[in-house]
Order: sequence, then C-alpha cells, then structure tokens
Amino acid sequence: MKLERIRPTVAAALLSLCLGSALAQAPAPIRIGFLATFSGALAPLGRDQYDAFMLAVEQRGGRLGGVQVQVLKEDDQFKPEVGTQLVQKLIERDNVPIITGITGSNVLMAIAKPIAEKQVFLISTNAGPSPLAGAQCSPYQFVASWQADVIAEVVGKYAADKGYKRVALMAPNYQGGKDILAGFKRLFKGEIVGEIYTPLQQLDFSAELAQVTASKPDALFAFYPGAGGVGFVRQYQQAGLLKTLPLLTTGIIDGTTLPALRESALGIVAGHVWGPDLDNTANRQFVQAFEARYDRIPSNFAAQAYDGALLLDSAISTVKGNLSDKIAFAAALKSADFKSIRGKFQFGRNNFPVQDLFIFEAVKDAKGRMTMKSIAAPLKNHADMYAAQCLMK
Amino acid sequence: MADHDNYTRTRWLAPAFVVAALALLPVAAHWTGQTYYQVIGTRIMVFALAAAGLNLILGFGALVSMGHALYLGVGAYSVAILSHYGVSSGWIHLATALAISTACAFVIGAVCLRATGVAFIMITLAFAQMFYFLAIGLRAFGGDEGLQISLRSRFGPLDLSDATTLYYVAFAVLMLTLVAMHRLVHARFGLLLRGVKNNERRMRALGFPVRRYQLVAYVLSALVCTMAGLLLANLTRFASPSYMAWNVSGELIVLVILGGLGTVIGPVVGAGVWIVLEETLTSFGLGLPNDGDAWMREHWLGFLGLLIVWVALSMRSGLYGSLVRRRGGTER
Amino acid sequence: MTWALLATQLLNGLQLGVLLFLLSAGLTLVLGIMNFVNLAHGSLYMMGAYFAAALYGRTESFLLAAIGALAGTLALGATLERLVISKLYQRDHLDQVMATSGLILVLNEVVRIVWGVSPMFIGLPEALRKTVTVMGFQYPAYRFLVIAVGLLMGAGLYLLIHRTVVGMLIRAGASNAPMVSALGVNIGRINALVFAAGAGLAGVAGAMAAPIFSVQPGMGESVLIQVLVVIVTGGVGSVRGAFYAALIVGVVDTIGRVLLPSLLGQLFESSVAQAAGPALGSILIYLMMAVVLAVRPKGLFPVKHG
Repeated sequence: MKLERIRPTVAAALLSLCLGSALAQAPAPIRIGFLATFSGALAPLGRDQYDAFMLAVEQRGGRLGGVQVQVLKEDDQFKPEVGTQLVQKLIERDNVPIITGITGSNVLMAIAKPIAEKQVFLISTNAGPSPLAGAQCSPYQFVASWQADVIAEVVGKYAADKGYKRVALMAPNYQGGKDILAGFKRLFKGEIVGEIYTPLQQLDFSAELAQVTASKPDALFAFYPGAGGVGFVRQYQQAGLLKTLPLLTTGIIDGTTLPALRESALGIVAGHVWGPDLDNTANRQFVQAFEARYDRIPSNFAAQAYDGALLLDSAISTVKGNLSDKIAFAAALKSADFKSIRGKFQFGRNNFPVQDLFIFEAVKDAKGRMTMKSIAAPLKNHADMYAAQCLMK
Repeated sequence: MADHDNYTRTRWLAPAFVVAALALLPVAAHWTGQTYYQVIGTRIMVFALAAAGLNLILGFGALVSMGHALYLGVGAYSVAILSHYGVSSGWIHLATALAISTACAFVIGAVCLRATGVAFIMITLAFAQMFYFLAIGLRAFGGDEGLQISLRSRFGPLDLSDATTLYYVAFAVLMLTLVAMHRLVHARFGLLLRGVKNNERRMRALGFPVRRYQLVAYVLSALVCTMAGLLLANLTRFASPSYMAWNVSGELIVLVILGGLGTVIGPVVGAGVWIVLEETLTSFGLGLPNDGDAWMREHWLGFLGLLIVWVALSMRSGLYGSLVRRRGGTER
Repeated sequence: MTWALLATQLLNGLQLGVLLFLLSAGLTLVLGIMNFVNLAHGSLYMMGAYFAAALYGRTESFLLAAIGALAGTLALGATLERLVISKLYQRDHLDQVMATSGLILVLNEVVRIVWGVSPMFIGLPEALRKTVTVMGFQYPAYRFLVIAVGLLMGAGLYLLIHRTVVGMLIRAGASNAPMVSALGVNIGRINALVFAAGAGLAGVAGAMAAPIFSVQPGMGESVLIQVLVVIVTGGVGSVRGAFYAALIVGVVDTIGRVLLPSLLGQLFESSVAQAAGPALGSILIYLMMAVVLAVRPKGLFPVKHG
C-alpha cells in the first residue's frame, strides 16, 4: 500500500518540475481520471466505455496526443455521493487535469460543479443532462456523446417522416423518461394516443402493453434503459406485438442488450448517434479493431468513449502536452479537430455536440450476430434545444 | 444476553484511541498534503453519526428499522431545498430539518410501533420507500437526478464550505451525540429501553409505558440521522433520492452490527472499518502478478462480502464488541 | 376501458401474483419454519436464472435448463447451509441479516466473474413462443406455463407440508427442535432439507422468470423487496398466506397501475394525474401492506405456532 502513495507523489513532483521548465523536454505522463459505472445494472455501459477508451490509448502506444497517459479507473457505482467522493480523490490526491467517462446523469449532475470549480476538464462520453447544456454550461465541461433529448427527437422526426398518425408512448416514471418522451413529441406532429409512465423498477409490462394495444396506435415509442429494456422487448415479442405493432425505441436496443435479446429484437427500430455500419474510414477501422481486441461488436457507448479519446488525442496534441494553459486547452478541445467515427462532429457553443442522428433497425449480420443497421438519417447537424440558454460565447 | 454488560464498564482505552485518531486526522492530512483523507474522515463520521442514531433503537432497543435512511434524506433535502431558495443559514437548515423529522418520526414511529417483529421491519421499510419515490417524483427539485447545493450551511462564523471546518463540526456533533447517548443509556430511560429489549412482557407487567419510551427513542434516533443527513449534504454538495434507497438503510444496519450492538462507540468502529475497507479494497496494490491487483480491485465487493460473512460467523458481538470482550471484562 | 380489457388486466394481475408466489414460497418456508432471515433469497433466485440461461446456451432445451436450475440451486442451497447458514440458527436475526447480506455481495460477484456483466440470453421452446387469443387479446402462451408451474408448486408444497411424514417432521422441528431430536430424528438434516428446498424453489422461480425479465447481476435485489412485502402481508411462514397475498398483491398492483392514472385524470388535470399515477403505483403495494398490518399485525393468514 505504501507504493501506491509514493508513486503519485513522485509523479506529482515530476509533473511540477516539468511544467516549470516546459520546453523541449518530453512532458510527464498526463493522468486522466476515468470515472464510470462498473457495477450494478449499468456495468456493461461503463465497461464498454472503458474498453473503447483504452483501445484508443493502446493503439497509440499508451499515449494520447503524443504524450504518455495514465488512466485511473474509478467506479461510481451509479451513486452520486460515491461519484463526488471519487472526484475529490482524483483531483486532490491524484491531481488529474482531466476527468472523463461518466455513465449516469445523476452522477454527472453531482460532480459537474465541483470539477469546474477546480478548473479540471470534464469530458463526458455518455451522460448529457439538459441543465448542463443550458444555464449550467461551462468552458471546462464537454459532452462528447449527446444531449439526452436528441436521441428521442430523431425518432420523433422519423415517425413523422414515416407517416405514423397515432403513436403511443411508454417510459419509466423519472426525469430521464419524461425528458425523452418530451423530446419525441417535439418533432413528432401526429396524435399521441397514450403517454404511459410506468413505476420505476417495474419489470412486468403486460398490463401496460395490453392497454397500448387496446388504443390501437400505428406505432409505439418506448424508452427503457437497463434491465427493464431487455424484459420489455422479451415481453413485447412474447405478446406477439412485434408482428403487428411497429416498435420505435431509444435506449433499449444497443450493443450491450442485443446479445441477450437475439431474434426477439428483430425489426425493432432505434434512434441514435452512431451505429457499427456508419460509412467512414475511421469507423470501419474502429469496429474492426474493437472486434479483434474484445471479440464483440462495439456498442454506441464504446463508440462515444472512443471518440472522446480521439478528441483528447487531438486536443493534447494541439497544446503539445502542456495542460497548464487551460484557456488554450479549452480552445483546443472546443475546436474538435479530429476524425470522429461518427463522421461529422463539432461542438455547439454549450460544448455539446452538433451532429447527425440516425435511425437503425435490429438485424442479423453476415456472421449471424445481432447488430444495428442504419436505415435513415433524419437529422443532420442537429443541435440540442438548450444551447440558447447557455451564455458562453 | 451477554453484550449488555459491555457498556456498564467504560473501557476508556479503545474509545479514546478512536477519538484521538479522528481528532488528529486533519492535522496529519494537511501535514502530508493529502487533504483527500480529510474527506474520507468526514464521510466516516457522517455515517458513524447515522449508525449511532440507529444504534439507539437497534442496538439498545432491539427495534430493527429498515427505514432510517429516510431521515438522512430529510436532512439532506432540507439543506438542498433551502439552499435552492437562497437560504444559507445553517441554523435555519438545522431547525427545518429537525422540525420536519420530528413530525415525520412521531407519525411514522407511532404507526410502526403498533407492529412487532418482522412486521415492524417491513413497515419501516415501506415508509422509507414512500419517501424515496416521493423524492424521485419531485421534479422541481431534481427528481431522480438530485439537487445540487450551491449554498452550504453557515453557522455564524463557521462556514461548512471549508473542508476542515466541516470536518471539525462533524467531529463535534459526533462526539456530543456519543456522550449524550452514553448518558442516556445509563440513565433511567436507557435502562428502561434495554429492559424492554430483554423482556418486554416483564416491563409491561411492571407498569412501564413501553410504547411511549420506544416512540421517544425512535424520534431521537431519527433526529440524529437527520443531523447526519445535513452534514452529508454539506459534504457532497448534493441531495439525491439515492440517499434514501432501501439498501442504504440496510447498510446502516450492517454498520451497527459490524461495530457491535449495544456499545456506544461500536457504530464509529463499524463505519470506520467499512469505509476504510472500501477505500483500501478499491485501491489495492499488493503487486500481484498477471493483473491480479486490478482483478481484486474490480471485484472488491465480493471480497467485502466474504469479510462480512466471516465477521458474522466468527464474531458474536461485532468488531468492537469482540475487541472489548477480549480485554477481559467481567460479565455479570 | 372495455370489459375485455379489464378481464385481460385481471388475468395479468393473477399471472403476476402467481409469479410473486413462486418467488415468495421459498422464503416464507425458510423464514417461517426455520425462523431464519435469509436475505440471500433474491440471490438464489438470480442463480436459478443464471443456471437456466447457461444450460439453455449449451443444450437449447428450456426443459433441461429449468431442471438444471432446480438441481443447481438445490445443491447450492445445501452447500451454503452446511458452510454458513447452519452456524447461524442459534444467533440473533441481525447476525443472520449481516451474514446473508454478505452472501448477496459474494454471489453477485461470482455471477459477474463467471458470466460477465452483460445480460444473458435465454430462449423458449418453439411451442411456447406463440400467443393464445383470450377475449380478443393476444396473450403469451408462456405465461400460462408460469401460472401452471406456480399453481402446481403451491399445491405440491401444501401437500408436502401438511400431508406427508416429512412435512410433519419439518413442522415439528419448527415447534420444538430439541424434542424432535430427542425422539431420534436428525434435526440437522431436516434443517438442511428445508433450506435446500427453499433455495430450490427460488431457483425454479428464477428459471421461470428468466425468459420474461433480464438475466443480469443484481436481478435478485429488486425482487427481494416485493417478496418481503408479500410474505409479511400473507403471514410469515404460511404458504397459504403467501399464495393469497401474492395473488392480491399482483392484482392490486396491476389494476391499480392501470386504473390510477385515468381515475386521477377524472379528479385532477392530466399533468398531475400523469405524474401522480405512477408515483402512487410505486407505493401501492406498500400502502396495502401497511393497511393489512394495521388491521391484522400478523398478516392475513398467520401460522398458529404451538
């Protein structure tokens, strides 16, 4: 245990020495705190985020932007109080200049301000709650994934484009669920025949599904993250609804749940920022490398984290490894000058992405595995609707 | 039956050591420049305080409440909501939290105490769940995403936004509570409570108003947990419904049992050991080959579980209780 | 709401109730007869689901998977009983709470190590992937199997406990263990049998629930609370109580969830109803339990101990 304490102190001493004479010498390793959820129901998400991030680091020989990085992995257990404590540990004990990862919005809401106050850079590669996109934006805070509402907005647009007139909605009864359904309704102009919020942690949806079928909609839009989602799809298929009622989703079908669902997910439509078959070189290389390294198809959570690593790679390279000039580093991050695996990527003025959004369908690939196939791109260069409330330049 | 004798003899050495360690921790932390350990110390004291509150009815009164985390939430949300409206006076935070908790605890206690045994446990759990879902439904105050606290409590010159001030305020509150509890369990009230734990029927036959005493004890324990909640909110600068989740109540129970039921300083030991274990197991660095360290860190919860099982099997009076017993106290 | 829909929802409620009974039967047995607080019951349920999913992955047969789950959890229960549980019979309930809480953590990690953190796949036999038309609605055929298994289990348990010699020994052991021991019966073996049976029941519940819900680490915890509510409402230790309480909880929960938003919508404006409905729905079973306990503190069908 003593060794653990000596290394950080030595590293800190080295770092200060180097920063003092920041010239032609090779910069000291940059410590990056990777705070995500590695236990509990969201563990697959955190694991994908970490695996993809480390893949990017490994591909560059343990470096980002040409500088050695030391990634400190911490598990927030999806609890905000644990997250705040770990952030304090990362900042005060380990002196990290950058914290990335962040799986859950509740954790992000708890740690955003303490991190910004200490002038540490926060790059979230999953959570993107609306308050941080609006009035609580900060130059130290970047969300490289998506703002929570947009993945529902794209499905709303798709439903409108597809000509659905009557749609039923289902989501769990919490803030995230309500925001998602609100996002859907923003761009869908038809009739909402039912908006059902199910009690949190409820696992059996037979009653609600019966209710929905009784109202005879053209389609059902549902949002069920985690365990609820897998159960929801299974029950949907067992009720025979997959054949009769199109299911539009977000947050249910992704690389972490498809292996458990297999054929019961066939034909389900989902909206998201990325899919494994997006047609650009960077993405093809990423998917190939990820599959070779980890023997599974990457999920969007992996893709988002990989993009986050590429973002850091470009920014650190721009400032030549010198993170002491925070304004310059913030500008380098904001310029987002890297080849995103999503194709086009830039930051809006609230440091949230402006990106294309896609619609996918769950299909079987050539090897018989379940994957997502892109079938539409309804929103291009789409910004979230909270940017106007952010007062940064 | 035997552990009730532990606290009739005050063994000053072990508790004094714990108190001294806590008192000197910030000094050591500042001296070595590792201020993070001060944060851990504050967290230990917050949960020690909550566990001490629960200990009053659980350890001394044998009332197993699976719903005490709800008072943590009341304390935390009082700070958060008042801060949301611009109130930073710690006295107002405290008064509001205690007032709400007293009212809730009276009602909840009165209802729950009508039941006994497993039914009592379940009803306390039910109330905690109700508060938990209520907090999640409070969209105006963050709902499940929780509420950030911008203005922390100020008690006159003491501003809890300073980490060291917060540490020593928590320390003072914890010490005062423990002393008060020590007095209480040796006073008539405490003896009555322990008498009820031993043989309720006899106490009733002797004419004591058992229910009234239990209710008072319940309310007092709730108030202690509320204070812990207020401190927790100041520590994390956040109030979240997850503070009231049922597994938090469960963890509080484990903390009390771990330390040793029916001892005043047991909860502090329990909280300290638990949190220190959490820290060490997640920062494990023995230098094992083949990424063994990383594997142990990743599965630390499993090792913690094994430890808990082992303590439960081998130590009949919890960690502190066993420690104290081995020091050769006589047992009447 | 049409009559057909209401009837379907009633069926949904009953089905949920039977599933809850499957989950509760094992724990009420252990809690009531052995007076042992086994919080790891949810974890045994999880192990049953995982054994079933793992076996299904190997054999593609749901029947084999379910049988394997039963066998696996029986064995696991017996092992745990010898290693940990038997040392805690004489101890305080709180020590049992602590030990079994530790077991929850250990079993969760074991599952994560062996099968990973992602949800697992399990399928159904071809015949059960269909739907059956009930009153104009499509109802999953598999749910009927769940109902059948649940009813069978209830009947089997009742017969076992009240109509067989083994059951009599178990009940006698619960009333007066030393006496039974003095009469030459190996009480240790009886206890092991009861605990293993409780584990097996949890395992079967896990196997039956696996195709409906998600098989992932920690799936036992959310179930544990509902089970405790059912058991306490029905009366601790009473299998009959657990059965009726489970059905009542299932129906009340389902109908409540479905009717509350529209009921509230009549009284309040829609946004309030929309928010309050599911919130009330979450706490409905707790309210019901509190009401039952206020009127009958020992539950609906308490066991009369000698």
